[in-house]
This record gives sequence, structure tokens and C-alpha cells, in this order.
Amino acid sequence: MSESPERVTTEDVEHVASLARVDLDESEAEAFPDQFADILDYFAALDEVPETESEPELVNVMRADETREGLTQEAALSNAPESEAGYFVGPRVS
Amino acid sequence: MSTDEFDVFLTRVEIDGADDGPLAGKTVAVKDNISTDGVETTCGSAMLDGYEPPYDATVVSRVRDAGATVVGKTNMDEFGMGGTTETSAFGPTKNPVDPERVPGGSSGGSAAAVAAGEADLALGSDTGGSVRNPAAFCGVVGIKPTYGLVSRYGLVAYANSLEQIGPLASTVTEAATLLDVIAGPDERDATTRYDAAEGEPDDHPAETVSYADAAREGFDEDELAELTVGVPRELVEGAADPVRETFQSALDALGTRGVETVDVSLPSVEHAVQAYYVIAMSEASSNLARFDGVRYGEQGDREGNWNESFASAREAGFGSEVKRRILLGTYALSAGYHDEYYEKAQDARAWVKRDFDEALQTADVLATPTMPVLPPKRGESLDDPLQLYLMDANTVPVNLANLPAISVPAGRADGLPVGLQLVGPAFGEPLILRAASAVETVVD
Repeated sequence: MSESPERVTTEDVEHVASLARVDLDESEAEAFPDQFADILDYFAALDEVPETESEPELVNVMRADETREGLTQEAALSNAPESEAGYFVGPRVS
Repeated sequence: MSTDEFDVFLTRVEIDGADDGPLAGKTVAVKDNISTDGVETTCGSAMLDGYEPPYDATVVSRVRDAGATVVGKTNMDEFGMGGTTETSAFGPTKNPVDPERVPGGSSGGSAAAVAAGEADLALGSDTGGSVRNPAAFCGVVGIKPTYGLVSRYGLVAYANSLEQIGPLASTVTEAATLLDVIAGPDERDATTRYDAAEGEPDDHPAETVSYADAAREGFDEDELAELTVGVPRELVEGAADPVRETFQSALDALGTRGVETVDVSLPSVEHAVQAYYVIAMSEASSNLARFDGVRYGEQGDREGNWNESFASAREAGFGSEVKRRILLGTYALSAGYHDEYYEKAQDARAWVKRDFDEALQTADVLATPTMPVLPPKRGESLDDPLQLYLMDANTVPVNLANLPAISVPAGRADGLPVGLQLVGPAFGEPLILRAASAVETVVD
């Protein structure tokens, strides 16, 4: 097998990781470029797939917009690592 | 309570069901990505360690209403991403048939629970084979229902367009009995209400048939002689020799009962694994964006801004396979690559569907080995992610085509279980259940 024409660099992986808001640990940052190159090389064979018409059998489903019981505020907050006065506490915006 | 020697459970519970019902007296194990009210639901991830959903998934309410006792939450590959149950953040599960080997995955805990007798029945979820794969590796029965047959409400989403919750059991009839209980329309999952626009939601296929009756009745002699089983060449050729031989013996045994076997071809399946992973990873990259350490899950470092905080929460909470899939999905959807990967994968998906439709014109059901290999030993296969993806070659085409499939034991090779997969037309569960019962009868 020939070498994949496009290798994946560490910078490529770091860029996608930052888009996805996922930090990587050292071993992942080291292993991912080669693994991604192999996997993307394999995916590249999709290029041979002919354009195929799909006719999904989809219909819109409507329902009346009626109020019904939902979660209580307490239940909704119950798994939050931090909450205050009925709100989730998030990180600062900038 | 047993010692759980195969590490099938992440949480042991005893939630009693209704006094009476079709599952009265039965115990059910529930995969840990299916929400249970007030009972930890981790998806096998450190991200959700300690997370207790404030509501039951629809399938959990239904098994409780049917009289079953829920006995635990079962181990799984993290967020369903894996085929061996080794990517769980809480350690692997052992295969009860051979404890050195993996039970398959991602619903490995559920299949092992049934195989080990820890539960009579179990619920798993199948995005690309995650019910059928462990059913095959543990020597039990597993069903992937037609897309839209079973409500996904309360299932923690991985790839919504592909996944269905499905039953696992020791016999075809028991699995069908559990399918009867969980199948049917649910106003909380619009994909179960495909025909609601035309009027009655109880036109849903599950409302008019009994899967347990179909499984129990099977086929009589005359019906067997009229049954045609299609064997897709492409999905048999790639299988390991002992798997292929056991599969062929099961077909031969059916042949002695008059069942006709014909070769069919599915040229598109060459691209199925590629298409499946592009679509599943793309959907995962969006679905798993919700895990930011604010509403639930591990809180991120709060020193930096929100981007930094989320990235640190997700670094600490996710394992390597989950990160790999989120990143590859993000890549496949990003500007400049969307047409090259995601659009082509959708073309391939449509092509796979068309191929199955055509093959099911010449045969009533299709049969393949469920898994192309025997269950590997633990630690043997994790190093090369691509090799693991290729193990899904026979199961993912069914999810791409939204069809029903069942894995039923076909016998053993080298002392290890081999599963036979039967695929039918959309909402053709009664047909594949009857055929699976026939396999069960002819295989000792």
C-alpha cells in the first residue's frame, strides 16, 4: 500500500480538538494524528460511491401545543455540579 | 444476590414492577445508557459518574408496568462506542462462556447478564450492532428492531438516526416477549409515530401483532419448504473459517427441513462501514456537545473562560475512543470536508437501503454470520481502532437500512459461540422471529 497522500499533522488534530472543545492528554495528542490518517484514508473510498437518490418516507407529525407537567426546577438542577438560587452556575463567558 | 463474577453490572438495584403482567416474575437487566429514575445511569463514562436521571426511559416504564423486576444497570462501551465493552471507564466485563474473552459490545454487560443467568432478560441498544454483536459472542439471542418500532425516549443519544433499543434473552420466544412489551408508539419519540399524520397512532405495527406468538409458532413444515433465505456473498466471504463453517452447518440443517438458500449480492456493503462511521461520528460530535460539566457531569476547571472550562471538563470526562469519534465527526462536518465525507456517506446509506430492498425481493429473509470473528481475548484488539471498526462489517449495513435483524446462536466453533444474523424487511419482525425459531430448532 502506498503512503496516504494527505498525512494528518499534530496541528490538524489540535485545531479540530479546539473546534470540538475537547482537550487531549499527551498520549492521545501523540497517537491521534497517525490513527486519524489511517481512518480518513479508509473513509476516502467513499469517493467511489455513486450519487444515489434517496426517497425517505417522511411525514410531518403535528400535535396540539398543550402544556403538561415537566421536571420540577429542583429535579432539573439535581445533577448540576453547582447551582445557585435556582440557576445553573456556568463558567465565565470571557 | 450473586457475586457478579463476570462484572456485568455497574449498579445493582431491585426495582419491583407491577404485580401482574406478561413479564411478572421475570428479572430484567438494563444497559447503563437507558435512563432509570433516581438510579445512576453512567453510559460507562466517567463524565456521568454519579448522574441520576430524574425520569424513566419509556422502555423502563413499560417493563415495570409489565411486571418485571429491574435488577441492575449493565456495563457497556463508553457511550456505546466500541464492540468489546473494554472502553467502559469502569473496567471490562468478562464473557461468561470464556472469562478470558470479551463479551462483545457495546451492550456487553446486558448479553453477559443473560448468559450468566444474572437476569432472565436484558435491554441493550444497537447503533451499529451493539445488541447483535454481544448476543453472538455470548451465545444468546439479540434483536435490533426496525427503526421506529421502539421508543428512544430516555436513551442517552449517540447517533439518533441509527439506534434502536432492543431485547436480549436466552431464547427467541423470550426475546420476542420482551419486544412485545417495549415496542409501540410513544408521543415522546416522534420517530415511533411514522403514520400518525394519516390518523391513528395505533396503526403502529407493534399494535397489531404478537411477536411472542410469531416466535412460539415458528414455521410449520409446509411454510419451511416455501421459505427462501438469501445469503449475501460479500458478508460471508470476509468471515473467519470456523465462523463460516458453523454458519454453513446451520444453513445446511435448515436445508434438510426444505428451506431453500440462494446467493444474493449487496455490492454497496463494501462501503457500509465507512458510511456508518462517518454518520455515527458526525451525529456523536453534535450529541455529545451537551456534556459541558454545567447541567450534569464532571465540572471543568473554572479558572479560564467557558471554552477552556468546557474543554477541560471533556478532557477529564471522556475516554480516548469517545474523543476520537467526537473529533473525527467534527472534522467530517467541518467546512470543506462536509461534501467529501458526510454527503458521500448519505449516498452510500441510500445505496445500501436500495440493495437490501432488491435482495429482499428475491429472498424472504437474509442470513449472515453476525460477527466475522470469534470473540477475541481481552486486550487483544483495542490498539488499532480501525481494525475494531472493521469487526462491524456485518451488522452496520442493517442500521444504515433501518431494517430489523436478529442474532440467534448457530452453534459453537472451538468451544466459542457463533451467531447467525437474520435480516428482514422493515417491520418484518414476525418473519425474522419465525425464521430464528426455525434456526433454534435445527441447531442442537
